[in-house]
Amino acid sequence: MMSEIFTVTFITGLIAATLRMSTPIILATLGEIITERAGVLNLGIEGTMVFGAALGFLTTLATGNLWLGVFVAALGGIALSLLMAVLAVYMGLSQHVSGLGITIFASGLAMFIYRLVVGSPIVPPIITPFTPVVIPILSKIPVLGPSFFTQYSLTYITWALIPLVSIFLFKTRAGLRVRTIGQNPFAADTVGVNVNLTRTLCLAAGGAFFGVAGAFLTLAHQNMFLIDVIGGRGWIAIAMTIFGNWNPVMGALGALMFGFLDAFQLRMQTLGVDLPFHIFLMIPYLITILALISVSRKATVPAGLLKPYRREDK
Amino acid sequence: MIGMSIVKRKPLPGWVMLVIPVAAVFVTLLITSIPILIAGGNVFKAYGALFQGALGSKFNLLETFVKASPLILTGLAVAFAFRAKFWNIGAEGQLFAGAIMATWVGIYFTWLPGFLVLPVMIILGFLGGGLWATIPAFLKTKLKVDDVVTTLLLNYVIFHMMGALLFGPMQMPGSSWPRSASIMDAAFYPMLIARSRFHLGIIISFVAVLVIWFINNKTVFGYQSKGVGINLNAAKFGGINTNMVILKTAIISGGLAGLAGVGEVAAIHHHLMMDVSPGYGYTGIVIAMLGNLHPVGVALAAFFFSVISVGAQTMSRVAGIPIYIVGIIEGVALMTMLIFILLTEYKIRWTKS
Repeated sequence: MMSEIFTVTFITGLIAATLRMSTPIILATLGEIITERAGVLNLGIEGTMVFGAALGFLTTLATGNLWLGVFVAALGGIALSLLMAVLAVYMGLSQHVSGLGITIFASGLAMFIYRLVVGSPIVPPIITPFTPVVIPILSKIPVLGPSFFTQYSLTYITWALIPLVSIFLFKTRAGLRVRTIGQNPFAADTVGVNVNLTRTLCLAAGGAFFGVAGAFLTLAHQNMFLIDVIGGRGWIAIAMTIFGNWNPVMGALGALMFGFLDAFQLRMQTLGVDLPFHIFLMIPYLITILALISVSRKATVPAGLLKPYRREDK
Repeated sequence: MIGMSIVKRKPLPGWVMLVIPVAAVFVTLLITSIPILIAGGNVFKAYGALFQGALGSKFNLLETFVKASPLILTGLAVAFAFRAKFWNIGAEGQLFAGAIMATWVGIYFTWLPGFLVLPVMIILGFLGGGLWATIPAFLKTKLKVDDVVTTLLLNYVIFHMMGALLFGPMQMPGSSWPRSASIMDAAFYPMLIARSRFHLGIIISFVAVLVIWFINNKTVFGYQSKGVGINLNAAKFGGINTNMVILKTAIISGGLAGLAGVGEVAAIHHHLMMDVSPGYGYTGIVIAMLGNLHPVGVALAAFFFSVISVGAQTMSRVAGIPIYIVGIIEGVALMTMLIFILLTEYKIRWTKS
C-alpha cells in the first residue's frame, strides 16, 4: 500500500483533490470572516450554502449557463443574508437562533423549490459541469502543473479572494471601519460610522460567498443536486473562522487542511484499506475539533461579536 | 428618510406570553401559504388536508402523539441547555448516542432478566446521550472552545461512528445494508392502546416534561442553571460552581435527547439504522424556542410540529405540495416566534429624519 501512496500520480491527484475540495470551504470561511469581523455570527451559513447549491444548479439546468448559475446562487445568498440582517442586526435578535432559523428555513426552501422544478424523477437530472481550466505553460510543470494549474475557474477566483479579503480588512479604510464595528460598535458610531448598515453590507458580502460556495459543489465538484450536498461544510467554515483567528490567510489554511483530510480519506477508501469507510469520513470532523482545541486559548474573538447594537443601550 | 429604532416597553401582563405562541403559529401558517400558492395548491384545501391528516381520526391523532414523543424530548433537551446558555445544537448526535446504547442493550443483554431489560436500556440510553453532551460542555468550560461549533461537529462524528458500527460489529449478520439485527422482544416498548403505536415512550416524554418543570422551579440546581444562563459572572461571584452546573445541565440535556433515540429504536424501528432520526434534534431547537424554553410550552410546540410533519404527508398526497414544506414552516415559525418575543419586550418606533 505504501508504494501506492508514494507514486507521482497519487500525490498529484491528492494535491489536485485537496485544492478542489477545499475551494467551497475557503470561500465560505472568507465570507464568515468578513461577517464576524463586523460582529455578526451567521449560523445561516449551512442553509445558505444549500440554497446556493440548489439555485445555481436549477438556473444552469434551465439555461445551460454555468456562470448565470453562479450569479443567481450569489443573489440567493445575499437575499438570505438580508433576512439575517433584519433579524439579527436591525431587530437585534439572538444571532445564534436567527442564524439557525435561516439554516432550517433555507434548507427547506431549497429542497422545496428543487422538488417543484424537477419533480421526483427516478434518475436525478444532471448538468454539464465546469471543466478545469488548464493554464498554459504552468500546467506543464511536473506534479504542480496538473495539480495547481489545472483547476476550476472558481478555484482560481477563490485563491485570488484570499489576499483581496485580507487587504480589504487590514489595509483599507472600509476594512478598518468593519473591524472597529466588530470590536466596539459604540466607538464606531461616535466617529460617524453607520453600524447597522455596515453590518448589513458585510452580511450581504458573506452571503454571496456562501451562495457561490454552495454552487461550486453542484456546478463543478458534482453535476447534480443531492439533499446532503453541503454535508456540514458550512459548520466546518465556522470552525475554520475560529481556527484562523478571524484572519483570511489562516482561515484558508485551515480550510485547506480540511480539504486535504477529505481528499485523503476518499483515496484511502479507494485503495481498499480494510476499515469501515465511515471511520475515514469521521476523521476530518475530529481533526477540526482538535484544531479548535489547539487554538482555543489564543483565540481573540471580535469583542462586539454576538452583541446587537442599539444606540440607546449605551 | 425613515429610521427605525427599538425601545424597551413596559412589562406586559403575564397572559400575553400564552397568546404569543398561538399568534406566532397563525402568522407562520399565513406566511407559508405563499409557497403553497406558488406550488399551485389551494391554501384552504392544503391546510385542511394537513390538519385532517394529523388530527382527523383516532388513528391519525395517535400517530401524531407517536411523532410528538421524540420531538418533546429533543425540544426539552435544547430548552434545558439554552436556559443555561449552553448552546447545545447537538441533540441530533445525542439522540444517535441514545439509540446506539438502546440497540446494544436490546441485542446483546439477553442474559438480563426480562423485566430489567427496559429499565437498563432507558438508563444506558440516557447516559449515552448525556455523556456525549459532556464532551462539548467540558471543552467549553475547561478549554473555552465554542460550544455551538463543537456540538454541531460532534453530530457528524457520532453519525459516522454509527455508520462504522452498522457496517462493522453491529451489522446484522448476512445483511449488506447498514442496519443492526433486531432487538429482543423484551426490549420493545409496550404498546398501550390496541391497534395503534401509542407506546411507553410517549408516557416517558410526558413524565420528562413534569420532571424538567420540577427541576426548573423547585430545585436549587434548576435555579442555579437559570442563573448561569442569565449572568455567568454574577453566578460565579455568587459562589455557584458554574462549570459543574454547565456539566450537569449538559448531562440532563443530552440524556433527554438520548431518550428520544431509545424510543425510536425500542418502539418504532426495533433495530438501528442510519436514518433513525429525520432531524428530530434540529427540530428540537425550533420547538424549544416556540415553547419559550418552558417545558409545558415545549410539549405544546412539539405537538404542533408533530401535527405539521404527520399532516404534511397527507397534504403532499392530496394537494401535491412537496413534503419539504415542513422545513419552511419550521424555519418561519422560529423566526416569527423570535420577533414576537422581541415585541413583548420592546416596541419598534419609526422616526422621520
